[in-house]
Amino acid sequence: MLRRFVALGVVLAALIFSPLMRSQSAPPQSATTNDQVAAPAARAIDGWGRPVPAPAKDQKSAPAPHHDISGTWEPANGALDGLGIFGAKGMPEDGKPEHQLPFTPLGLEALSRMKPTFGPRSVLPADTNDPVVYCDTQGIPREDLNQLRTTQILQTPSSVVLLYQFGKVWRVVWTDGREIPKEPEPRWYGYSVGKWVDDYTLVVQTSGTDERTWVDHVGRPHSADLHVEERFHRVDQDHLELTVTLDDPKMYTKPWVALDRFPMRLQPPSFDIREMICSPSEIAEYNRLIGNTASDKGTQ
Amino acid sequence: MKGKFLMIYALGIGVSMFSAPLFAHHGNAAYDTDKKITVKGTVTQWIWSNPHCMLQLDVTDDSGQSVHWIAETENPSTMTRNGWTEKSFKSGDQVTVTAIPLKNSRPVGRIIEVVTANGEKLSGIRVPQTGSDSPTAYPK
Repeated sequence: MLRRFVALGVVLAALIFSPLMRSQSAPPQSATTNDQVAAPAARAIDGWGRPVPAPAKDQKSAPAPHHDISGTWEPANGALDGLGIFGAKGMPEDGKPEHQLPFTPLGLEALSRMKPTFGPRSVLPADTNDPVVYCDTQGIPREDLNQLRTTQILQTPSSVVLLYQFGKVWRVVWTDGREIPKEPEPRWYGYSVGKWVDDYTLVVQTSGTDERTWVDHVGRPHSADLHVEERFHRVDQDHLELTVTLDDPKMYTKPWVALDRFPMRLQPPSFDIREMICSPSEIAEYNRLIGNTASDKGTQ
Repeated sequence: MKGKFLMIYALGIGVSMFSAPLFAHHGNAAYDTDKKITVKGTVTQWIWSNPHCMLQLDVTDDSGQSVHWIAETENPSTMTRNGWTEKSFKSGDQVTVTAIPLKNSRPVGRIIEVVTANGEKLSGIRVPQTGSDSPTAYPK
């Protein structure tokens, strides 16, 4: 009986969708074909009107340089691979037992106050308390776990500077041997120090982050005691892997890996990073036209 | 020229045909991801901005009534990768928009695809329902 019902459902779905499927599978009527869309880098242009460079496939990379992660990096598996809309890519909020975080009672209580716009606890746009929606900056570690897009890394003799596309923000990792302050004044991006643990791996420690920031897009919480370790491992000339581990005994009973060897690929030096700025006026316009309408709050 | 109204509500029966719409900031709770609609109309404004680009169009329904629709995409940075630009549309353009509708049936949609008057297709972005995979361009 169940099989018949399922089969009937499939047949009905096929009948209902057939006109739509025909229209979608119609031959391309112009130079803009579906194949080109599937490989968007082939025709995308940057802010200077130049083609966005497509990744060179099957090209053997040169060995990694020593103590050098500088360059412009993009998620290797597609520019949107680092969005993290379901939370930390290493531990997405998807209900799977292996992705259950080791919350403390305080952590669970804090989680219940977060109203994300994605995941199983998602709310309507007008009901969220996600600070990023209101143009608060992401901070660390959310910068790694949500909207990790094109990232430019600069190195000086005493620091590593990271320029993030999302929000057009930057942060400094000090590599001059200093230690994180004992009782730091909280900052959105905390205090970061880095150390080369081998020729190709920079390990960055961060503490002193502002409690107002979320760990990720689905509102995993953190306390002022959060400690973040970022491990930047340069695999070869063209590839970098980022691993992020969080330790916050107030919120989680044990450390957990939020990002596990996330792959990024080196881009040409001429690569232009487009602006992605959270503009309060643009957010207001979006909410006026769509957000409030979608939430049945106000009209267009 | 009045746009011809064409709306097709398609219920996903047994098989989920679509993935969740991608919101950089704003989630998919408001959208009915098992449905899609197609509307044909006249562009009144193309807003190329963060957090999401918005295509506004006037659509004439079967009773001759003009309905103002707003269809959103992702942000400019993401859409550029799919070949969209600030100049993709101008007021007066005739377009056919396929989109995921709101649950509350208000005239707002999440763009799956736009077909311009000269037949050019511009694809929106789709994402899986879980965090394990990467978003891709429609169609998939």
